Amino acid sequence: MALAGATGTAPAIELRGISKAFGPVQANRNIDLVVPRGTIHGIIGENGAGKSTLMSILYGFYRPDAGEILIGGQPVTISDSQAAIRAGIGMVFQHFKLVPNFTVLENIILGAEDRGLLRHSLSRARGELKRLAEEYGLQVDPDAAVEELSVGHQQRVEILKALYRQADILILDEPTGVLTPAEADHLFRILRGLKDEGKTIILITHKLREIMEITDNVSVMRRGEMVASVRTAGTNPTELAELMVGRKVLLRVEKTPAQPGAPVLEVRGLGMVDADGVERLRGIDLEVRAGEIVGIAGVAGNGQTQLLEILGGFPEPGARLQGEIRLNGTPLPLSGTGADGRARRAAGIGHVPEDRQVEGLIMDFSAWENSAFGYHDAPQFQNGLLMDNAAIRADAADKMQRFDVRPPNPDLAAKNFSGGNQQKIVVAREIERNPDLLLIGQPTRGVDIGAIEFIHKRIVALRDAGKAVLLVSVELDEIMALSDRIAVMFDGRIMGERLPASTTAGELGCLMAGLEPAAAPATSGGTE
Amino acid sequence: MERMPKWADVIVTPLISLALAFAISALVILAIGESPVEALKVMVEGALGSSYGWGFTLYYTTNFVFTGLAVMVAYHAGLFNIGGEGQAAMGGLGVTLVVLALPWPHWALALPAAVVGAALFGALWALIPAWLQAKRGSHVVITTIMFNFIAAALLNYVLVNLLRPVGSMDPASANFPPATHLPKLSDMALAFGIDWGRNTPANIAFFIAIIACLLVWLLIWRTRLGYEIRAFGKSEPAALYAGISPVRITVVAMLISGALAGLMAVNNVMGEAERLVLNAVEGAGFIGIAVALMGRNHPLGVFLAALLFGFLYQGGGELALWTSIPRELIVIIQALVILFTGALDNMVRMPLERLFLTLNRKRG
Repeated sequence: MALAGATGTAPAIELRGISKAFGPVQANRNIDLVVPRGTIHGIIGENGAGKSTLMSILYGFYRPDAGEILIGGQPVTISDSQAAIRAGIGMVFQHFKLVPNFTVLENIILGAEDRGLLRHSLSRARGELKRLAEEYGLQVDPDAAVEELSVGHQQRVEILKALYRQADILILDEPTGVLTPAEADHLFRILRGLKDEGKTIILITHKLREIMEITDNVSVMRRGEMVASVRTAGTNPTELAELMVGRKVLLRVEKTPAQPGAPVLEVRGLGMVDADGVERLRGIDLEVRAGEIVGIAGVAGNGQTQLLEILGGFPEPGARLQGEIRLNGTPLPLSGTGADGRARRAAGIGHVPEDRQVEGLIMDFSAWENSAFGYHDAPQFQNGLLMDNAAIRADAADKMQRFDVRPPNPDLAAKNFSGGNQQKIVVAREIERNPDLLLIGQPTRGVDIGAIEFIHKRIVALRDAGKAVLLVSVELDEIMALSDRIAVMFDGRIMGERLPASTTAGELGCLMAGLEPAAAPATSGGTE
Repeated sequence: MERMPKWADVIVTPLISLALAFAISALVILAIGESPVEALKVMVEGALGSSYGWGFTLYYTTNFVFTGLAVMVAYHAGLFNIGGEGQAAMGGLGVTLVVLALPWPHWALALPAAVVGAALFGALWALIPAWLQAKRGSHVVITTIMFNFIAAALLNYVLVNLLRPVGSMDPASANFPPATHLPKLSDMALAFGIDWGRNTPANIAFFIAIIACLLVWLLIWRTRLGYEIRAFGKSEPAALYAGISPVRITVVAMLISGALAGLMAVNNVMGEAERLVLNAVEGAGFIGIAVALMGRNHPLGVFLAALLFGFLYQGGGELALWTSIPRELIVIIQALVILFTGALDNMVRMPLERLFLTLNRKRG
């Protein structure tokens, strides 16, 4: 097993026999890992495979139960994040740890202020920032407030924070999950630049394409174990996917041609102006028929969120709406109590929201409490004046089993499940109600491949049962694989509709960027 | 992060906090030249050493259970109701109006009406802050505390100008008719031939407090409304997604909270004073905050914490009576208990969590 990278020198990181258990759950079992200096090392695995635990051990959030950590050949004990920083490890979390109303400079020195007065640290950081920006192409305005930066720039601040602390080893957890494709490309350029300067980078991701594109070596985790570490050049996505889930996976969605029936959802001239006076939706016309999946492609922030929220019955407070929504021919009110989430559910709309951790689930509630969330009014969950908790629990246990939620323990709080399993809880809840229309936003964001496949199958099965599905995803692959019809949103408008069979990722990409198809280059190749 | 076992979180943490509070109190008592051992003895004997002491302790406990439950219910909706003081005061007005309005033939008839009056007035006093929060985003912390002052001023006016019997110099309502006097716990014990707590104010409202604990538990963990209150308190975006109206939950939770605070008046106004006097609440509304915090926002915890504060109140009174320790010191002890169990909770919990982590690692 020869890994790419410098030979002869001690590896940047070496883990020997790392184990970590949380109660009965063995999150990491006897993990060995070698990351050669100056390489980009990918770590992939399903949600719950133990990647995050392993990285948390490296960053000092958890202490391993057993095993050894060697940094540059020297055994070290990483008791907390300060120790990790001293050992030269920097971490860029999936959810940034920035103070939104601080400037870039203030965020960078946070925790590394070295004198009583900030003036000194700030001026030192300013100089250092300038140098880093030039060296690695990490340009960012040091005096801008972080909350005003785009997500891509916020991520740069996180990287700069780590570099400012003299990190030699950079760990990035799902760094492209929040980025636009262009931003992701830029990030990769930065990472290559860092590698050329001799930095070691660990990239945790579930996107195989990224692994193939940028890493030198890749390690695969499965159920707490490290199942393989290979040179990226010597492997392929199919092999990695199989290693990851331990069985054959379909990277494509198997489905028969759609048999669209009568229109279920009709949207006419839907417009929305938010509380700040910004026009978010501009005359949306959309139709979803029974037995069809309509996918909405688009870069995040082009009105998809607002569309789903309005259809789901919870537009942001203070928004002004106009237009018409019909479900099975009946007009739905746009505002008032008849237009809240409860009324929408009663009308037959199920909704898997884009942000399961903030909207779809109450993280402190147990799985069984969550599995009735939004449907807690249902007659079968009532017992006179009280809720029939036993019935809800039984129903939850049943759903968890059928949706293969792991661990299948309804009493566990939602926050203790991995992302994929959290999503399965939400999807089970919404699909099992057999809605006429299912709204589903980012169904597989942060979800592992095994669960993605499972969730996709369920969506297709719902369609095949003659239901309408409106899918919103920023993953173009997902839109293309799953949809029977694709609508592209840009700047609050539907730019156009395409059939997956007769379009290319390139054409959709142009529409997503706001270019009319006529203006789009005719031969903008697909992404496959 | 792994957590320690639940029993340790619920029992050991508050006990250690309490021990710390008492240890520092002991130092303060030492500093003023008194014996902490002696002081503790006086407190324990005075509050728990006799049925007489218990009679007072349980009376105070009853007050604190109501105000503690009030804070707890609002807390589950993510609201911090610190207007228990004013709501309890208005509850007193409600009780007084109900009791004086009709010639009640028997307390058993007057009691349910008084309960309704107390709850209604307490709830209404919470309604305006609740409405302002729900509709205008005016923070309940600010509005409820302002409403405490308004309640005090209003009661002052009502007692002096409206309820004061003609010819009386005392800013208090007329005495309640004897038929409406609630049975004391001592009377009830006597009915069973037991001589318990004679001349103490603990009364039948104590049982209402226990019933309230039970009902609040049912409400929060067994009803749809409680489910929605908790969901809203944990995540407002999720509540919106589910179609739970923030306005409705804010208003309803505050109404229940205010009603619970108002119910305290059944104990102190109807059960003890048997008339409405100025400043009848005596800070119990604020103690309720500490009680809810220490009781982990669970009715059983609220009950136990209320018992502790009942002990502190009664024991403190005894301390002032029998030793040369000034009454103010008891305020210091109470403050320390609040500080350690409420505000400095994590100071104890985090080392304890770490200890359990180490123990777990050694074992496994």
